Amino acid sequence: MQVPEYDLIIIGSGPAGMAAAVTSRGQGLKVLVLDEQPTAGGQIYRNIEHLELHRNPEFKKLGRDYSEASGLVKRFKNCGADYLSGMTVWQIEKELVVRVVHNSPGQDKKSPLSFKAKKILIAVGAMERPMPIPGWTLPGVMACTAVDVLYKSAGIVPKGTVVLAGAGPLLLLIATRLLDAGVKISALLNTNPQNALLKALPHLPSALRTPEYLVKGAGMLLKLRTSGVPIHFGIRSIEAQGKENLNRVRFVSSKGTQTVDADLLLLHQGVVPNVQITRLLGCEHQWYESQRYWEPVLDEWGNTSVPGIAVAGDCGRVSGSKVSELSGHIAALETARALGALSESKRDEQASSIRAELKKQQASRPFLDTLFEPQKSWIVPEDEATMVCRCEEVDVGEIRNTVRLGAHSPDRVKAMIRSGMGFCQGRMCALTLSEIIADELKISPADVGYLRVRSPIKPVTLGQLVSSE
Amino acid sequence: MFKKLPQNGEKVSIDFEGKRLETVTGQTVAAALLGSGEMLFRESAVTGQPRSVYCMMGVCFECLLEIDGKPNQQSCMILVQEGMKIRRQQRPIMENHASA
Ligand SMILES: Cc1cc2nc3c(=O)[nH]c(=O)nc-3n(C[C@H](O)[C@H](O)[C@H](O)COP(=O)(O)OP(=O)(O)OC[C@H]3O[C@@H](n4cnc5c(N)ncnc54)[C@H](O)[C@@H]3O)c2cc1C
Ligand code: FES
Repeated sequence: MQVPEYDLIIIGSGPAGMAAAVTSRGQGLKVLVLDEQPTAGGQIYRNIEHLELHRNPEFKKLGRDYSEASGLVKRFKNCGADYLSGMTVWQIEKELVVRVVHNSPGQDKKSPLSFKAKKILIAVGAMERPMPIPGWTLPGVMACTAVDVLYKSAGIVPKGTVVLAGAGPLLLLIATRLLDAGVKISALLNTNPQNALLKALPHLPSALRTPEYLVKGAGMLLKLRTSGVPIHFGIRSIEAQGKENLNRVRFVSSKGTQTVDADLLLLHQGVVPNVQITRLLGCEHQWYESQRYWEPVLDEWGNTSVPGIAVAGDCGRVSGSKVSELSGHIAALETARALGALSESKRDEQASSIRAELKKQQASRPFLDTLFEPQKSWIVPEDEATMVCRCEEVDVGEIRNTVRLGAHSPDRVKAMIRSGMGFCQGRMCALTLSEIIADELKISPADVGYLRVRSPIKPVTLGQLVSSE
Repeated sequence: MFKKLPQNGEKVSIDFEGKRLETVTGQTVAAALLGSGEMLFRESAVTGQPRSVYCMMGVCFECLLEIDGKPNQQSCMILVQEGMKIRRQQRPIMENHASA
């Protein structure tokens, strides 16, 4: 099959990818957008068209951001970019050939599976930071945002009692949404240290430039308080208990040990950039100490260290949907310039108002990032029997032992005990793995490095490999 | 456990382990199962532990199911289709996969 060619291929149709598509089409580029989800909108606006059409009262309740996003989705759908959904990118070659697989079975023969581009924009967003605790593989223990995705994209809500545990703005947001949907929250285990606010205070003046975020946060806290959700502070450990399913959550707080019944336990330790593709491409990454994650090194236009490859949105640095959208516009202007569709001065002129808005939207980040600094105790589990690699079932103790035997890098550990070798290809354990090795060697994860990401980044069958050639 | 809010949209029925489940178009297989009260999706690869959906966004691979005879399908990213036959994944098999 012939390989279709494009000026720009955008991976991801979240706020960043959609914005980039609209702007680059506006400059006359030939654009393809690929997304592994079946519908456009990205993580925050998952399945938003369906929500607006079929569950309009709930859509309206989600507020102005969602109606604005619906406008962006419509502009994206009408901008003239080719858009293929339900397809995961599993490989990108040096010549900028992008290879995909269909997620629905039996579709692979229907359309091309390789595409060639002059430029590639990676806008694959973020994922939740794994929060390994004893028992977190039990059915009924989930990432906090999973429940929000279920509510927004499918109108499915928790039944029974729910316990939330962790820290971060999304935890608060989702807790209040669950309350709105009539869900009973039997406990909120706040893992944020009690001195966090004090630490973040110096960044407050800057954050006041976009007071709406702070007002929103205060409103969420107030709602939690007035709705009578028991909030527990000074949490030292959490354990999910049950046999076939989660039944109870046992936790130690400043008030001692308690056990509560639970049908669902929702964990959250903030979100981290999805670096699978930028790692695969060998882009340079740096360690962001405040939020304890790696991010690709970018210039002010989103260009990575690899020629032809740019990044926009949360997969560059987690900054929220507004910033992601703006960074998508900026990266698209630069792409148009690099391909000769826009002069440098025109690019700068068009970018300047976007940059002003970007600066404003970024103003509250240092405050938020300091207020919700991830705590090592929730990243490097104390209990050595805690599972780290969920796929290959490798625990903290096995990793520590392997490091003591001389395996000082994630790849050496992987080679010896298979952590990071399963279906998820390290997405769920790579960060934890680096943190544990660093802790054992008493150095920074920055010096330990990250698991090497290899192609294919999603398991593909041999049949799929053959049909993509 | 989960429950469905009132659902609008075109009705679809799927088969899960021989049971007929009613849902609507535009939902992923994982959402449809959870909304019907199903929690157990698969057994873990090494020791056969019970596993269920974790991330709902395509990163954890905990939602793998056998769909229309094909194993290892990421059910949180696949939309339901009328008559789909779905089974729990006994143990994910990596053997016939090329992986890193
Ligand atoms: C599950 C989840 C829920 C969230 N909910 C909220 C919320 O309710 N409110 C809020 O303010 N913030 C939320 N956030 C944070 C929010 O997602 C981001 O700030 C914002 O969506 C970032 O936009 P983006 O365009 O950078 O990426 P995203 O919106 O994440 O979009 C990235 C897109 O890339 C696609 N993709 C990823 N990898 C591949 C691949 N290999 N091949 C093809 N496509 C791929 C994904 O399917 C996705 O659609 C959430 C984050 C997560 C992880
Ligand atoms: S639930 Fe995590 S990949 Fe489907």
